[in-house]
Amino acid sequence: MQPFLRHTGIAVPLLRDDINTDQIAPVQAMRSLKPDYKALLFMRARRRDDGSEDPDFVLNRPQFRDPGILVTGHNFGSGSSREAAVWGMLANGIRVIVAKSFADIYRENCLQNGLLPVTLTPGDADAFIACVVKANGAAPFTVDLETQRISGPERLDLAFDIPPADRMRLIEGLDDIGLTLKQSDDIARFEQRMAAEQPWLQSAVDNRATDSAGPLSPAGRGMG
Amino acid sequence: MARRPDGRELIYIDRHVLHELHAPHAFEQLEKQGRPVRRPDLTFSIQDHTVATQPGRTDDTYPSGAAFLRAMREGSRKNRIRLFDIDDPEQGICHVVAPELGMVLPGATHAVPDSHASTVGGLGALAFGCGTSELTHILATQVMALKRPKRMRIRLDGRLGPHVTAKDVALRIIAELGVAGARGHAVEYGGRAVTTMPIEQRMTLCNLNIEMGGRSGFVAPDDKAFQWIAGRPFAPTGTLWDRALAHWRTLRSDDGAAFDCEHVLDCATLEPQITWGTDPSQVVGISGRVPDPAAVEPSRRAGCESALAYMGLEPGMALAGLAVNRVFIGSCTNSRLPDLQAAADVVRGRHIAEGVIAMVVPGSSSVKRAAEAVGLDRVFRDAGFFWGESGCSMCAGGNGDRGEPGERCVSTTNRNFENRQGPKVRTHLVSPATAAATAIAGRIADVRQLLGSQA
Ligand code: SF4
Repeated sequence: MQPFLRHTGIAVPLLRDDINTDQIAPVQAMRSLKPDYKALLFMRARRRDDGSEDPDFVLNRPQFRDPGILVTGHNFGSGSSREAAVWGMLANGIRVIVAKSFADIYRENCLQNGLLPVTLTPGDADAFIACVVKANGAAPFTVDLETQRISGPERLDLAFDIPPADRMRLIEGLDDIGLTLKQSDDIARFEQRMAAEQPWLQSAVDNRATDSAGPLSPAGRGMG
Repeated sequence: MARRPDGRELIYIDRHVLHELHAPHAFEQLEKQGRPVRRPDLTFSIQDHTVATQPGRTDDTYPSGAAFLRAMREGSRKNRIRLFDIDDPEQGICHVVAPELGMVLPGATHAVPDSHASTVGGLGALAFGCGTSELTHILATQVMALKRPKRMRIRLDGRLGPHVTAKDVALRIIAELGVAGARGHAVEYGGRAVTTMPIEQRMTLCNLNIEMGGRSGFVAPDDKAFQWIAGRPFAPTGTLWDRALAHWRTLRSDDGAAFDCEHVLDCATLEPQITWGTDPSQVVGISGRVPDPAAVEPSRRAGCESALAYMGLEPGMALAGLAVNRVFIGSCTNSRLPDLQAAADVVRGRHIAEGVIAMVVPGSSSVKRAAEAVGLDRVFRDAGFFWGESGCSMCAGGNGDRGEPGERCVSTTNRNFENRQGPKVRTHLVSPATAAATAIAGRIADVRQLLGSQA
């Protein structure tokens, strides 16, 4: 994973609550295994009914064509767990999302991909949003994860909190799987212990294949 | 199980169930990294999101799905994972198939790269939905690195009235708590309305847990759950079953357990519920009226206005009686046999209204067979419903099944988001009985009135 130290870019205000992953990355846009992640981001909101670009949608405005930071409301990324909703951000150059709050799975998906999810205190959030709206794409903002500060035009300088574990993962660009595999011995020991204590958990076999009693009929399986 | 140096808890995943919309990317990642799947024997692959529902379907019936189906087949084969393929007699929606085959066990952990993973919490399993990177992580390590969720208890008191179901209860809970009301929490559902609920309804209840942002949701397992599991193909047998059962009987939250928060809902007076807006918290009783934006709190006014506009509704209007174009009965929320039975009981001897397109898509091929064995397919077909092959179908439209722009669709699914069931489709979420009554009436209907059993 690409380490995250700091990121400077245009901050785009998309100031609504409860933006869900169907809006961020519509399932209809994922018709192939390798869709155009850049194009699928907010695909529906970007276009009008006749298929032409909607000039009013914030990401279509000239000053926000090259976004770096998305600024949004509460419960961002609710709904489906699809990671395309994060890949679409990265494909568009967005490496930081500042939201009033995030849906759990979406936030984890961000961390998994080196996208920094930031939540400010309510007071700071208001100040930041006001500054972003005022800047209107004319001046960039910088989010520094090492110092945990956001800076921008008119000497904006705000601190933000992030759990140390999340910060470390992003800064070091750690391979999450590699991190866990360092504890392979613990996992193996756990499996051995469970095999003794709750052996039904450590095996999932189709007992129709092994049972001498033979397969049950579908109706006999309590379906009715 | 253990704690990682970065403070995350490593949770061992006892059962891991994959579907073809997300697993192919994970297989590709693993291959790139040269990492094997640690426990293919505890992992299962199921084709559900992109499969066509037409009889005699093949990979190519829905052309855009073919690449996913093939990649899933290939990845599962290479990684020695048992696949329930498109023509497998036990194929179906992952959240329906896993419990019905006995892969889901009380107290076990369960992961699916899908937000509705907690459906199987209805059997007392602790299930987590995840994205593709976490899915890859679980394949490689068999553990998930999590921050420990907070605990919430929701107590559902009272006895449900006639034709009021877990779906109605869940919609009411989401309406009360909001779409982020359970964020960061594992939710335990209890109380009389839950203990008296059949297992399938408990699954419906837990299925909708994510619609208020819950990390996981479950019902403490009881004898009803144990009996439901007994004899299913992947459930333990013989002495292993006896040992498991003895252990499961010890699994209940002690009554003095500490919860971070608790909510109570009296279900005795609940009527069938229906969503009016574009998120699952925008709910009214079937006899109710949609809100007037002028009367809601200012912070929610704009959302309310735009939802009404999208849905083509006027402030304060009643929903009952509104003409509909489409009715869909299916999805991981409401596609198990009792769901279809409840709908069939309403439909039997009647015909859908002219001009309405209605479809029933069973949650699994096993459900489909069981339904056909008792003649439900005939009931639906005779009434004018399409009777499909199992899969996710119109729930998210990942297989091309969807409505036309502007259509009003009454649906037993879980998300009434804009454009989910097709561009500009207006979705109202309801129970199977309400959906069936609506198909018959051609208008949003109170099933209790149709059946003359107003409680
Ligand atoms: S039925 Fe719908 S919600 Fe359930 S798994 Fe399929 S697409 Fe997802």
